[in-house]
Amino acid sequence: MPAEPAVPTASLTPRKDAALRAFAGVEAVPGSSKPDPILVADGVTRRFGGLTAVDVGHVEIQRGSITALIGPNGAGKSTFFNLLTGFDTPDDGTWTFNGQSLAGVPSHKVARRGMVRTFQLTKALSRLTVMQNMLLGATGQRGENFWRAILPMTWRKQEQENTARAEELLARFKLDKKRDDFAGTMSGGQRKLLEMARALMVGPEMVMLDEPMAGVNPALTQSLLGHVKALREDGMTVLFVEHDMDMVRDISDWVLVMAQGRVIAEGPPDAIMADEAVIDAYLGGHHDAPLDEAQEQEQLAAAEAELREQEGDR
Amino acid sequence: MDWSLILTNALTAMVGLDTVIFALAAIGLNVHFGYTGLLNFGQAAFLAVAGYGLAISVAEFELPTLVGVAVGLLGAVVLALLLGAPTLRLRADYLAIVTIAAAEIVRLLFRSVSLSEYTGGSDGLGRFAEGFYSINPLGPGEYGLGPLEFDERQTWVLSVGWTLIGLSCLLVFLLMRSPWGRVLKAIREDEDAVRSLGKNVFSYKLQSLVLGGVLGCLAGFMTAWGRAVVQPDNFSTDTTFYAYTIVILGGAARVFGPVVGAAIFWALLSLTDNILTQAKSAGYISDSILTTFQIGQVRIMLVGLGLMALMIFRPQGLFGDRRELALDAR
Amino acid sequence: MRHAVRAVIGGLLAALCVLLLPGAAVAAGETVQGRLQNAGEALEGVTITVATVDGQSVGEAVTDAEGAFVIPVPEAGDYVVTLDEETLPERVAIREGRSASITLPVAVDQQRSVLFPLGEGTRNVQSDLDRLPQLAVEGLNFGLIIALAAVGLSLIYGTTGLVNFAHGELITLGALLAYLFNVTMGIQLVPAALLAVVASALLGGVQDRVLWRPLRKKGTGLIAMLVVTIGLALFLRGLFLYQFGGSTAPYDDYQGQTGYDLGPVTIAPKDLISMGICIVMLLAVAYALLRTRIGKATRAVSDNPALAASSGIDVERVISTVWVAGAGLAGLAGILLALAQQVSFQLGFQILLLVFAGVTLGGLGTAFGALVGSLVVGIFTQVSTIFVPTELKNAGALAILILILLVRPQGILGRAERVG
Repeated sequence: MPAEPAVPTASLTPRKDAALRAFAGVEAVPGSSKPDPILVADGVTRRFGGLTAVDVGHVEIQRGSITALIGPNGAGKSTFFNLLTGFDTPDDGTWTFNGQSLAGVPSHKVARRGMVRTFQLTKALSRLTVMQNMLLGATGQRGENFWRAILPMTWRKQEQENTARAEELLARFKLDKKRDDFAGTMSGGQRKLLEMARALMVGPEMVMLDEPMAGVNPALTQSLLGHVKALREDGMTVLFVEHDMDMVRDISDWVLVMAQGRVIAEGPPDAIMADEAVIDAYLGGHHDAPLDEAQEQEQLAAAEAELREQEGDR
Repeated sequence: MDWSLILTNALTAMVGLDTVIFALAAIGLNVHFGYTGLLNFGQAAFLAVAGYGLAISVAEFELPTLVGVAVGLLGAVVLALLLGAPTLRLRADYLAIVTIAAAEIVRLLFRSVSLSEYTGGSDGLGRFAEGFYSINPLGPGEYGLGPLEFDERQTWVLSVGWTLIGLSCLLVFLLMRSPWGRVLKAIREDEDAVRSLGKNVFSYKLQSLVLGGVLGCLAGFMTAWGRAVVQPDNFSTDTTFYAYTIVILGGAARVFGPVVGAAIFWALLSLTDNILTQAKSAGYISDSILTTFQIGQVRIMLVGLGLMALMIFRPQGLFGDRRELALDAR
Repeated sequence: MRHAVRAVIGGLLAALCVLLLPGAAVAAGETVQGRLQNAGEALEGVTITVATVDGQSVGEAVTDAEGAFVIPVPEAGDYVVTLDEETLPERVAIREGRSASITLPVAVDQQRSVLFPLGEGTRNVQSDLDRLPQLAVEGLNFGLIIALAAVGLSLIYGTTGLVNFAHGELITLGALLAYLFNVTMGIQLVPAALLAVVASALLGGVQDRVLWRPLRKKGTGLIAMLVVTIGLALFLRGLFLYQFGGSTAPYDDYQGQTGYDLGPVTIAPKDLISMGICIVMLLAVAYALLRTRIGKATRAVSDNPALAASSGIDVERVISTVWVAGAGLAGLAGILLALAQQVSFQLGFQILLLVFAGVTLGGLGTAFGALVGSLVVGIFTQVSTIFVPTELKNAGALAILILILLVRPQGILGRAERVG
């Protein structure tokens, strides 16, 4: 493992310890209540035509922990992410973040409240430089107001502060040499790092990572893992979607399992890996390697085409 | 062939009224298309609303010119809000279709016989520009700039026009290097990413639409004053298409791109026009190939071919950076 | 690639240079134009001539279905515009004491309007409600023609994502080719039209092969391609104007037919036949899409090109077919439209927005949606003249498009976009 100063490799850091102790008394059943939940969802459902993509009864996410969301393809993990962060609208359900309801709150306001997400397919802003990407993440910028934008003296100082903060983050993510390159010139793994660093510029309380490891060069995986752990050490809550079981076991404090839109199990990683129901659900039809986004799209389209074909024949 | 006349005419065209009008229209379109990635195909409507707002206020209601200008500006803002509020949440192609349809509606309304009491129908309106020319500080006479000569009215129009272009470019320059401009450019790249970082994308798109519309509205005023008449067919869809050609010619998302694009565009049109006309009168081209009347059509064809060729071979514009373009995800 | 694109531009030029027509010569901008109306009713088929003040004829035109005429004049100057009173309908005349000739100046680049003092007191007395069936039938006819063009536009959008602003020029091309075969070469209109449709279809295939396919291979973005279609549209429109001139002209056959009286509706035989042709063609397209291999493949590609390709469909072949069929249908639409109105260089450009409205209204990329949307647009356009002035009927149709999009962004038959 390369030197990662901020992240002790030893399995037990104070924060990790605190997270594990918080989970000590929690029952390992779907919908179990946590000592200090930051996010609570109730009855969130989303249907596409006749298909119910998400139907989550009750879920709580413990503050200050790293929680993994796993499940076979088509289980509704990404859709659930989109719903929680305001990128999609559920047919039904409520959810609160820090005790405040987020139902019907538009995505940009969700982010402002401290819940920031990344995307499965990275969204680096190609024709902006790495530094511009970073600065975009800063909140409460005076210069983002039309009238003040014309007068640089009203925002220059704040911009310098933000730049300094961005430089620190870039250094931590080892992107400082790329500072003035267009983001579009970077490798897939570097874009993932940039996206994570950019999300941190928002100053979030909770970070939602949609498949942070997908498409990342194995050489970068360890360093990305370290960065995810570091988020918890900095006091943030992390919820992430992942396929790679080894990675889930390595970094998560708690695991949620989704299948066919529902949360079918939750518990500590080791218990979950041994859970019969989980193995059944997970290995059911999808024993082989996880599908990528394109394949998933294809499967969905095939299912839809089939549906429409049936309608057409009637 | 009188080459010095041909070149003088081309130079005149570079600073002339058409260049001024289309530079302003294209500066606005550049904010929409170049910086924010909005597909506005109704830029002509902003020109029309401004031109007619001014002309109707002054000619029909006998209001002062400044009030006419205010009415035109307000019209452009309202039009931007009307177009943007419902469509900016939809997919990009919907804005294109709604704006092009709206521009056509605006033109048909100004053209309509039923409203001709106020708009003058397809003849348009005159008798509103005197207020503008009465504050001309220049006395009667010819004013020269190198080989170019303009009378006092043209000089006044062009001075005002180029001042507006200068101010508009300065405004765009200041805005686009500010955090505000950074948000617009980010929206052009990927609006979901911008949303996930806590920015109200819809609001910024609307601001961009209003800003570009208001800049386009300056082009409407210059059309009205420069020609001393507003006619509905001055604001056809082709006006918007020409402005797109100019934006791409000069290079999208560059502050001076639209100005350079407009100057080159009209200089090229003037050159082809004059060379063909002179070649005709010198007898180099026979009537069976090209009659004098057909020169205008050759111009349109050249604009079309030029736009295609640019988009295929140099989409970054004449002076753009190909590397930046290679990153274009769209 | 570059070679191919140069080839297309050359090819298009060559293909169209056969259109060497003795069309009237036209200047860049100056025109004399107007719209003949009597008591709100458009006067069709009235001859207008323009001459210089010293009597040299400059141009002639016959008013179209909307009573409109446009006569380009060579340059700024004074002109005498004359209305041929013989060609006026019986109940309309030039007002007493007024002249049928008007002398007026035309300024540089001016589109000069002319208003003829037509007879007062010769109002037609039909009430609004009585006009409804007539207008509905006219609207159906118009809507069917729009639908022919819209289905092609929609299929091309569905399979390639291309928003084709040059589709209007495919419509015009059909009308002009038929004019070439019919009027210039003297072939009867029916075989001439058949030839023109085949030629349009072939040119559509050629266009895809030499322009769009190379651009797709190169990975050109959809917005870039959209701008290319705008350039192509400008170029072709200029070319049509260059070859055909700015005036309008009728075909040699089926002019001035007396209409059948069918209860409250009067309809010319050619319009009945035109509607029949449209319906047969649209049914054929529907059958092809639903029942034939290539049609099913087309729908599959529209749904998901990647999936279609991976399941063994030759996507490029489907796209070629769609271009050939779409261009042929557009050409046919142009011929039928020109039969109802007259041939002009901007025939297609003038209805392009209505075609777009039809496609969008039905739901972008769904062929059946385009059909329904076009009929709505056509009928609404005509029937709306009960409530709005004739010259604003297109504006009304476009306004409806905007309103419907606000309520139902996916169009009438489109399905809601899935987010995320």
